[in-house]
Amino acid sequence: MSMTNEGAETISAMGGMEARSHAVMNKSRISIESVDFFYGASKALKGINLELPEKQVTGMIGPSGCGKSTLLRVLNRMYDLYPGQRAEGRVMMDGQNIIAPGVDLNQLRSRVGMVFQKPTPFPMSIYDNIAFGVKLHEKLSKAQMDERVEWSLTRAALWGEVKDRLNAPASGMSGGQQQRLCIARTIATRPEVILLDEPTSALDPISTLKIEELIDELKSDFTIAIVTHNMQQAARCADQVAFFYLGELVEVGTATQMFTSPREKRTQEYITGRFG
Amino acid sequence: MSASITQPASHGIPGGARDHSVAAQLSRRRGRANLIAKVLCFSATAVALVFLFAILGTLFWLGFSGLHASVFTHMTRPPGSEGGLLNAIVGSIIQTFFGVLIGTPIGLMVGTYLAEYARGSLLGNAVRFVSDVLLSAPSILIGLFAYQLLVAPFGGFSGLAGIAALAVIVIPIVVRTTEDMLQLIPSSLREAAVALGAPKWKSIVMVCYRAAINGIATGVLLAIARVAGETAPLLFTSLGNLNWSVDLTGPMSSLPVTIYQYAGSAFEDWVQLAWVGALLITFGVLALNIIARVVLRRRS
Repeated sequence: MSMTNEGAETISAMGGMEARSHAVMNKSRISIESVDFFYGASKALKGINLELPEKQVTGMIGPSGCGKSTLLRVLNRMYDLYPGQRAEGRVMMDGQNIIAPGVDLNQLRSRVGMVFQKPTPFPMSIYDNIAFGVKLHEKLSKAQMDERVEWSLTRAALWGEVKDRLNAPASGMSGGQQQRLCIARTIATRPEVILLDEPTSALDPISTLKIEELIDELKSDFTIAIVTHNMQQAARCADQVAFFYLGELVEVGTATQMFTSPREKRTQEYITGRFG
Repeated sequence: MSASITQPASHGIPGGARDHSVAAQLSRRRGRANLIAKVLCFSATAVALVFLFAILGTLFWLGFSGLHASVFTHMTRPPGSEGGLLNAIVGSIIQTFFGVLIGTPIGLMVGTYLAEYARGSLLGNAVRFVSDVLLSAPSILIGLFAYQLLVAPFGGFSGLAGIAALAVIVIPIVVRTTEDMLQLIPSSLREAAVALGAPKWKSIVMVCYRAAINGIATGVLLAIARVAGETAPLLFTSLGNLNWSVDLTGPMSSLPVTIYQYAGSAFEDWVQLAWVGALLITFGVLALNIIARVVLRRRS
């Protein structure tokens, strides 16, 4: 297990939330402030407060049904697709509350991209899979688009494998390649934040490793939030780790602190595999 | 732990010790039931196939013997004067083509509304119910409907009325297949498109339609096959025409109506032409199906 951040000692004694995040974390890109979430009448998130530090990786861990994915889907307003789902509180990004009514959702989603648990290639060519999202927000010439496709596939560590078959249907790729295509597709629209919802849970270990290396590489440009059930993955990828349980944010801290000296007993029990 | 399961004597397992003769007896009984079910299934298939081949065989036998070039070059004529089916063939193609052309986009949009916009809504359920009723409505009713709407008020039978009647038959077929096919698409694919910032209509047109194209096309083919053989709605609308006419505002000939008129007549050559007409419809629809399938397979 390799830890990504130092400074655990400075934190453990202090306890306070602000002190902790300022000690190691970059400035906040997204601030989640007292967010509640409802599926109809049932409350899935209870008063969540969390900062996503800029150009760093926030790992969200917790047992199934604890609200991690729900929180992710608040950040790009995915829940708006489904009547009966609603969020309360504030999610601030560049001084704007993105869960307020009247926000341009298409624009928001171009700034906050998302990659899902299962690879979801569109039924079109590899090239068109990437061009689809770009064309929604930008007018590029053919040459510019070619460059953008190459750039995003290169960033997603896929260019070498597919450069000779860009016009082949994306459904013919392996699962791991499809997931990297989905990541390429997301970064091609140049979002500021990328949400990853268990991106490797359907993949084999080699593909998983590639995606994890990719995440490490991508954080130089993007703010990343990743939901994972894999504790080692959180430890390997995340700078900051948040532990959720039954719709509450139990504890948040640097990866080092969370995995070496968690303050909460429930965190301790979860990361050592005693429940969940 | 495993010892207590494999031991013949029951050690605290409810039901007592395992009796091999009982197991064998149960197995024999299952075998018998399986055999009976299998025989019934095969017999049912055989019965269905016998009828199918009897119909197709008769059609080929009687149809091919009357298939001459004159069928495609001559108009329908009085008995005994070497008539053909040219006006009926062209009339059928025109009415089927325009009926499908008008009915398909309407059905496609209604199906899209039901699958993508109206899930669980009251209006959606009402539309779905009405569409399903229309799907199983006797086609003669649809003919009467077109008659009341487009023939009676304008004082004459017309190809347009025939086209309208066929379009009304096409709509519910396309609605049902479009809705079914769109609902098969996993919501993750829609979410993926929306997550890139695509507006809903764009994710439907660019992603969902592409994913469902084969199923939707199959629905359109079904609709073509269905309306190409419809007789009743055309009896009240385009009526039939013994002469060459491509004027949509006047009566227009069609294969099914001609078959209906010829098959029941007392003249041998007319009955023969009716068989040829039936063969042409069957082959036309079959050829269209095969072509569409080959094209769709090549695309995907």
